[in-house]
Amino acid sequence: MSNLLSLTTFLPILGVLMLLFIPKDSKSVLRSVTFVVTVVTFIASLPVLIGFQNNADFQFVENVPWIAAGPFAMRYNIGIDGISLWLVILTTFIMPIAVLSTWTAVEEKVKEYMICLLLLETGMLGAFISLDLFLFYIFWEVMLIPMYFIIGIWGGKNKIYAAIKFFVYTMAGSVLMLVALIFLYFKGTAAGMTDFSLLHFYDLRLDPATQTWLFLAFAFSFAIKVPMFPLHTWLPDAHTEAPTAGSVILAAILLKMGTYGYVRFAMPLFPDAAHRFTPLIATLAVIGIIYAALVAMVQEDVKKLVAYSSVAHLGFVMLGLFAFNEQGITGGMLQMLNHGVSTGALFLIVGFIYERRHTRLITDFGGLSKQMPIFATIFMIVTLSSIGLPGTNGFVGEFMVLLGAFESEIRWYTVIATSGVILSAVYMLWMFQRVMFGELDNPKNQKLLDLNAREIGIMLPLIALIFIMGVYPNPFIEKMQPAINKLIAQTKTSSVTAQLPVDQVLPAGHPVVAPAPEQNPAAEQQNVPAEEATPAVINPHDAK
Amino acid sequence: MFDNVWLIPLFPLLGFLINGLLGKKIKNETVIGGIGAFAVLCSFAVSCMTILKLLSLPGEERLANVKVFTWMTCGNFNADIAFLIDPLSCVMIMIVTGVGFLIHIYSIGYMHGEEGFYRFFAYLNLFMFSMLLLVLGNNLLLMFVGWEGVGLCSYLLIGYYFHKKSAGDAGKKAFVMNRVGDFGFLLGAFTLYWFMGHNFNVWTIQFTELGKNAHLLPTGGVVTVITLCFFLGATGKSAQIPLYTWLPDAMEGPTPVSALIHAATMVTAGVYMIGRMNFLFIRSPETLMVIAVIGACTALFAATIGTAQNDIKRVLAYSTVSQLGYMFLAMGSGAFAAGIFHLMTHAFFKACLFLGSGAVIHSMHHALHHVHSHDDAQDMRNMGGLKSKMPLTFLTFLLATIAIAGIPGFSGFFSKDEILWQAFANPHHGQLNYLLWGMGAVAAGLTAFYMFRLVFMTFFGECRITPKAKDHLHESPMVIVIPLIVLAGLSVVGGYIGIPKLLGDLFGGIPNYFEHYLEPVFRLSEEYMAEHAAHGVAHHSVALEWGLMGTSVVIALIGIGIAFALYVVNTSIPAKFTATFPALHRAVYNKWYIDELYDYVFVNPCKALGRFLWKGFDVVVVDGVVNGVAKVVMSFGGIIRYMQSGFVYDYSWSMAFGVVVILGYYLFK
Repeated sequence: MSNLLSLTTFLPILGVLMLLFIPKDSKSVLRSVTFVVTVVTFIASLPVLIGFQNNADFQFVENVPWIAAGPFAMRYNIGIDGISLWLVILTTFIMPIAVLSTWTAVEEKVKEYMICLLLLETGMLGAFISLDLFLFYIFWEVMLIPMYFIIGIWGGKNKIYAAIKFFVYTMAGSVLMLVALIFLYFKGTAAGMTDFSLLHFYDLRLDPATQTWLFLAFAFSFAIKVPMFPLHTWLPDAHTEAPTAGSVILAAILLKMGTYGYVRFAMPLFPDAAHRFTPLIATLAVIGIIYAALVAMVQEDVKKLVAYSSVAHLGFVMLGLFAFNEQGITGGMLQMLNHGVSTGALFLIVGFIYERRHTRLITDFGGLSKQMPIFATIFMIVTLSSIGLPGTNGFVGEFMVLLGAFESEIRWYTVIATSGVILSAVYMLWMFQRVMFGELDNPKNQKLLDLNAREIGIMLPLIALIFIMGVYPNPFIEKMQPAINKLIAQTKTSSVTAQLPVDQVLPAGHPVVAPAPEQNPAAEQQNVPAEEATPAVINPHDAK
Repeated sequence: MFDNVWLIPLFPLLGFLINGLLGKKIKNETVIGGIGAFAVLCSFAVSCMTILKLLSLPGEERLANVKVFTWMTCGNFNADIAFLIDPLSCVMIMIVTGVGFLIHIYSIGYMHGEEGFYRFFAYLNLFMFSMLLLVLGNNLLLMFVGWEGVGLCSYLLIGYYFHKKSAGDAGKKAFVMNRVGDFGFLLGAFTLYWFMGHNFNVWTIQFTELGKNAHLLPTGGVVTVITLCFFLGATGKSAQIPLYTWLPDAMEGPTPVSALIHAATMVTAGVYMIGRMNFLFIRSPETLMVIAVIGACTALFAATIGTAQNDIKRVLAYSTVSQLGYMFLAMGSGAFAAGIFHLMTHAFFKACLFLGSGAVIHSMHHALHHVHSHDDAQDMRNMGGLKSKMPLTFLTFLLATIAIAGIPGFSGFFSKDEILWQAFANPHHGQLNYLLWGMGAVAAGLTAFYMFRLVFMTFFGECRITPKAKDHLHESPMVIVIPLIVLAGLSVVGGYIGIPKLLGDLFGGIPNYFEHYLEPVFRLSEEYMAEHAAHGVAHHSVALEWGLMGTSVVIALIGIGIAFALYVVNTSIPAKFTATFPALHRAVYNKWYIDELYDYVFVNPCKALGRFLWKGFDVVVVDGVVNGVAKVVMSFGGIIRYMQSGFVYDYSWSMAFGVVVILGYYLFK
């Protein structure tokens, strides 16, 4: 029972082992096995969802020593709370859909492709459940490699350029994060910590200067992944060149790594710095929303348009997170899930027509509604969800984000961000009109077939989620609420201390523990359970 | 008490699901249309029961919140799926389901044989569902769901003939312009929620709660900002200046859609919203003034354009914009009941006019189709003399025209006169009142002119289509004519429930039932306004009121007279007029070039900016930096490369170089 999370995470690896024994020419067997493995993984993750208690604690925790490095130990420390729960479920939910979408799209090197997909799943799940910073970093890197191959081997015309761009961008971020992690390691050992446990680091109150540098390193690394303006240019290329399954996973899950990184690491570990940089983040988020919408409007390639719309949507997520209040963060979290569902569905839709026509240029289409009515209906619903029409999931998230952000200090940014609702309608509906409406005048489009059973089957769960999350979002909100409240508390308390001038609180050279009522010597702290550990402020001079 | 009120929106939703999912398989038009119309009939029945129940209660108890389930909760924010029953929402559901039902019936005949018949009825039911959510929702968010939902249905139905580019463009334009309004609505809602919560700890979006706590709000200031935001929303949905340009284009949709969505119901949502939040709007005299001015300007401006259009539906579209302007003039004058009253009478006569024009187009289309002519079936220049061919259509159309022209005894007269009087006599806008009244009166004259111009061009004179086609013109089937008759009847008698006090007194003290009925909703606001009026309650003499009423009637009669002179007596004058003032005619005919202006100022710069940001910033600047870094690294690597060439002589050279350098260092130290 307690190994459920590990089981879910490593089932895909088991699948990889199975695939190794299947000859590479039996493509349908390879596909079926992979599909079954992802479905089993999804089923394995359901008890986690059902058994999850609505409280703020990390649950399904497994914590065993892994690599000892002197006095410091890397531990296999995993667990989930309301924040990671839904992302884990989203991952296991999207994967079978992604695998099913490649059924006829990928014909070459099927075995390697499937292995990449499964490795990717383990990497993503591992990153969401890691409670050990080092373990998180390992998984973070693990998921980059298969994605790099998926773009570089099974991609489109410019796959090499896109893959290398993807790799260089993300590696730049990863290297910075690694440096920051090593720095944190020294901070931790100086504070007498013996492992990389996230929970212990939460209670480690770093001084503002250190926080600033570490936050910037982490924030930069995550901002690439989100991606935030102006670090977003890898995304359109990666999306356009990646095969459909790659785009779906990239949009639905991989981008969430960035925003998840903020919620899990950058904000609670360095709350003072996070607050200080809120104007910067909010500015970039708002620029991203408007900028990406304007650029999306003039795209000629459907897939690129959807990719830019991702940048705009993720801008909303960031705006919500940095509102630092319940509605904002809840909205941001919901919007992560919504984006996974809606944009994932959009990439599938683009995949459907690409498979039929081998083009993604908007001008090559027009009037498809007449020829493909089922496709038209599904496309319309997904488009509306992406626009954030009430009744669909997109609205709930977007509304909560804007409401929360409006209540916080970033009110004026919100006013500009709200105008994004106009622009999103412009670029999505204009694209829809040019692809689906008008005369069916291109002879190549006149013989197009409507969606087949497999394709409808892929879309139905997503369509169902679009409405369920739009009409009855409370079950989703309830499960994440306690964790979000805890996050708010974590970020709030320290911002109070941050308001005091640092030099008054901490005379230079004197290690001080604050704001604990009774003073805890740092050495004692290692024995204190995480939940009871008193926040400690580490003096910069002391750390050296 | 009102536990079954959730059935009202549920029936159309079911109709939508059945027709939407199975309609393609059902195929039978009678069944599909029957399901659609029956769903609305059921809603209408429940609405009737609801309003009867409401009327059985004493005035002050006519208010109920019916919660269905909790939609979302998050911290101090809570939104329910819950309905508000009060006189205002009840009158709205009666109009929506009543007129809606008639239009559904009409559509069975009108849409006969159209491709995608089931799709049409599915959308129409979805529209009814959204509209009912809009008027019944007891909180801002649920109202917004309906608000966006009707916008979506409007988009889908305008673009019903999606193979036509103009239809797709019109749909998109409508949606985007509505979204501009929605942007305002959202900002207003955010500000209101935050301001009430932050300052008074009232965290709510529920109308009743907001109304109860409205006394906490200051006058003007933030409230002005909030109400202006909401009003921006109203201008989008209700096609007022500056966001009105989508409505004339929306005529690309089938005619029943124009009648239902773009005349009787959806476009009045902005008026309803102001009525619903009257407690808010009265606390900002500035906003009230803006609303009154925008309303009067729109009424006049749209009426001028209406005089020069030749497409029968476009004339009616500009007429709708203009009439909505009257409603906003009423709201801005603080005469909420008068605004809602005009909303109702307008729903009757404008629905009748649109459906009548649909019958004409239908008949014209058939006739032209028979002789394989490609002439425009909607162009009034091709019509004429239809009154003998389509007598019932003509009669109903004429009655509705008289009603909209404001001839005494017909419904439009009562409501329009009430608005003009309130615009003149209200205590809010001081001297501006005279101007507002003047604009309203001139617009009334123009209305009478262009409406009778339409009637004369369509039904009178010689028939201008080819004689062969003429023989194929015929009266529409009963399924189309019966709704016309009902609506024409309502256009005539609908006004008698709201007779102005002046006339009521004349006939032995008949009360204004409508105003009395709405009193529970607006009473507090009216008391507030009486206390806080900027210019004191003026006491105008009865003679003045009679005089003004008489003046507006005379102006209307002059309008009709001019139309008669130009389009019946001497039909060569309009052409001469056009020839004498070509620039003026061109400007009016081209709708004062507002669309072109918007393209020039908003649309094209946005596209250019997007293109610049993409090709300029993304590709050149950001990627330039990224690729530049890569190049620097590569060229650096290229230099370093020579140090590890793998050739022994390279290494020996560098060794020799190193030896020389080291030796040199020690020798010359």
